Amino acid sequence: MEELVNLFHGFAVALQPFNIMVMIVGIVLGVVIGVLPGLGGANGVAILLPLTFSMPPTSAIIMLSCIYWGALFGGAITSILFNIPGEPWSVATTFDGYPMAQKGKAGEALTAAFTSSFVGALFAVAMITLVAPLVASFALQFGPAEKFAVYFLAFCSFVGLSKEPPFKTIAAMMIGFALAAVGLDSITGQLRLTFGFTELLNGFDFLIAVIGLFGIGEILLTMEEGLAFRGGNAKINLRVVLQTWKELPAYWITSLRSCLIGCWMGVTPAGATPASFMSYGIAKRVAKNGSNFGKGEIEGVVAPETAAHAAGTSALLPMLSLGVPGSPTAAVLLGGLLIWGLQPGPMLFVEQKEFVWGLIASMYLGNIVGLLVVLTCVPIFAAILRVPFSIIAPLILVLCAIGAYSVHSSTFDVMLMLVFGVIGYLLKKCNYPLAPLVLAIVLGDKAEEAFRQSLLGSQGSLGVFFSNTLVSAIMVLGLIALFWSVIQQGYSRLRGAVA
Amino acid sequence: MTTGSSSKSGPAHKLVETGITLLITLFGVIVIIGSLKAGINWGAEGPRAGFFPFYIGIFIVASSAINLWNGLRENNDELFAEWGQLRQVMSVVIPTAIYVGAMPFTGLYLASMIFIAWFMRWLGKYPWLTVLAVALGMPIVTYLIFERWFLVPLPKGPVEEWLGL
Repeated sequence: MEELVNLFHGFAVALQPFNIMVMIVGIVLGVVIGVLPGLGGANGVAILLPLTFSMPPTSAIIMLSCIYWGALFGGAITSILFNIPGEPWSVATTFDGYPMAQKGKAGEALTAAFTSSFVGALFAVAMITLVAPLVASFALQFGPAEKFAVYFLAFCSFVGLSKEPPFKTIAAMMIGFALAAVGLDSITGQLRLTFGFTELLNGFDFLIAVIGLFGIGEILLTMEEGLAFRGGNAKINLRVVLQTWKELPAYWITSLRSCLIGCWMGVTPAGATPASFMSYGIAKRVAKNGSNFGKGEIEGVVAPETAAHAAGTSALLPMLSLGVPGSPTAAVLLGGLLIWGLQPGPMLFVEQKEFVWGLIASMYLGNIVGLLVVLTCVPIFAAILRVPFSIIAPLILVLCAIGAYSVHSSTFDVMLMLVFGVIGYLLKKCNYPLAPLVLAIVLGDKAEEAFRQSLLGSQGSLGVFFSNTLVSAIMVLGLIALFWSVIQQGYSRLRGAVA
Repeated sequence: MTTGSSSKSGPAHKLVETGITLLITLFGVIVIIGSLKAGINWGAEGPRAGFFPFYIGIFIVASSAINLWNGLRENNDELFAEWGQLRQVMSVVIPTAIYVGAMPFTGLYLASMIFIAWFMRWLGKYPWLTVLAVALGMPIVTYLIFERWFLVPLPKGPVEEWLGL
């Protein structure tokens, strides 16, 4: 009951005229970011983060989270109209979305995509509203060992659930931890891994890494592919929208399943991309007309979009309640909290009620605004893609440079950004996942602190991580996640042997 | 934009991947050395500064060893990328490097104008009028949004000083 009251207060905050304006600006910017290649949710938010330094934290987070929702919506536009996924999580949307557009049903496909995104997001926000306060109050009892166990679980799920080879995931993650360790050690105050370079005193800022790895790296990949955008025209009118809305309820089972998959994958940091693929795959296997998938089935648009948006939204649940972001974009938002002087984690729900509930309320409103914006403005956004890449690319590069500079007002960071960009390009080409690397940079210090504090309490015995039921349970879950693919293989082999 | 005429040749994927794995291993070794310098044993206030990164370094080296082994075993004779594609990539990396390197001296605005103009003129072959419009317009818009409305200072050089901005 108390939550409902809090939520109403949140709505009062989110409905202030300034916050509404910020919300609309955020959504529009977000869709543009989602449409443009090389500017994704994570680095789009990272670049625009400095703009929010002078805002009140609640308005700042509303603007940044709305950019995120906008980017989630925007990814679908390019997938359907141009067969070019603007974001990795909209790859699965191209499978049926683009064939639909080719058949002249672009309007239906877009309406289905936006509506499913909206449904997925709403489901996830409702879940956050109900579950986040519980998780947070539960997490208030966590000691350092439990905190470390939660980080352990988060990173193990990356290894077990990502589609990249597990040892590459581990390598990428550990590079992130190593980069996070550079500079001043927060516990002893000692310098480490700086090798005498004064530039490294403060360590590597993950915002620079995000802008480089995701922004510059993506531009380089796009240059290599030499993209030329060719695509159909987008026309959505009210008749098409209403007609599609009449059709959509028939797919409620697919929707619900996709929502659940999305929420699950979003909370464990597997993220929106695998969620969308998994949801598409299952829908294809289960649906009556599954064999038509890939030829322009509307259900093939509904499934991945619902899951991607549900996952993208629910990634904020562990970020808010535990301080463990579920996706790179959530990690950037978490970085924002630190910059605005807020400590992410369970205490947020106690100390910063207005902030938390304002954000949650803005998620409801932001997605409604987002749906209206994309439905009405699709042709404008599609026109952005017709601007040739040789104009877009330098502008994005300059924007990345501005973003990287303004984090610490340092030109060294801009150079670092370019280095990260080249590294990102090479790692991506060699199948190393970038998300765990970024998350490790963000969480490295905190995970290390929790680890060392737990060891301090136990005089160096690792037994502290199995010293009570709670911490053991989380650790065991982590181990299961870590060896998930091995367990799965063993299980299917066992079944094969029995049969 | 692709250079379709050149025949399909380029560095082998296996070669590049091996190189990158070795670089990551080297990085791991550097982390281990740095940790050893900082001290990896227990001090007065518990584990010392190098304790945690030391094991991280070990993990990097170990997982890279496995990645190296897996990569070499794989039968993969694909190309990493064609030379033409790499040329495209370098045509962005090199000017961006110059742009980034010039920024401390020229400030952001002048460097950005030249960079955008170069990019559009050489890679996009746009008429000078379009080039000038975008190359001048973008920094002006940036100035207004960042410095005027959101009060975020950006690096300035002699030209901005001369203009009194």
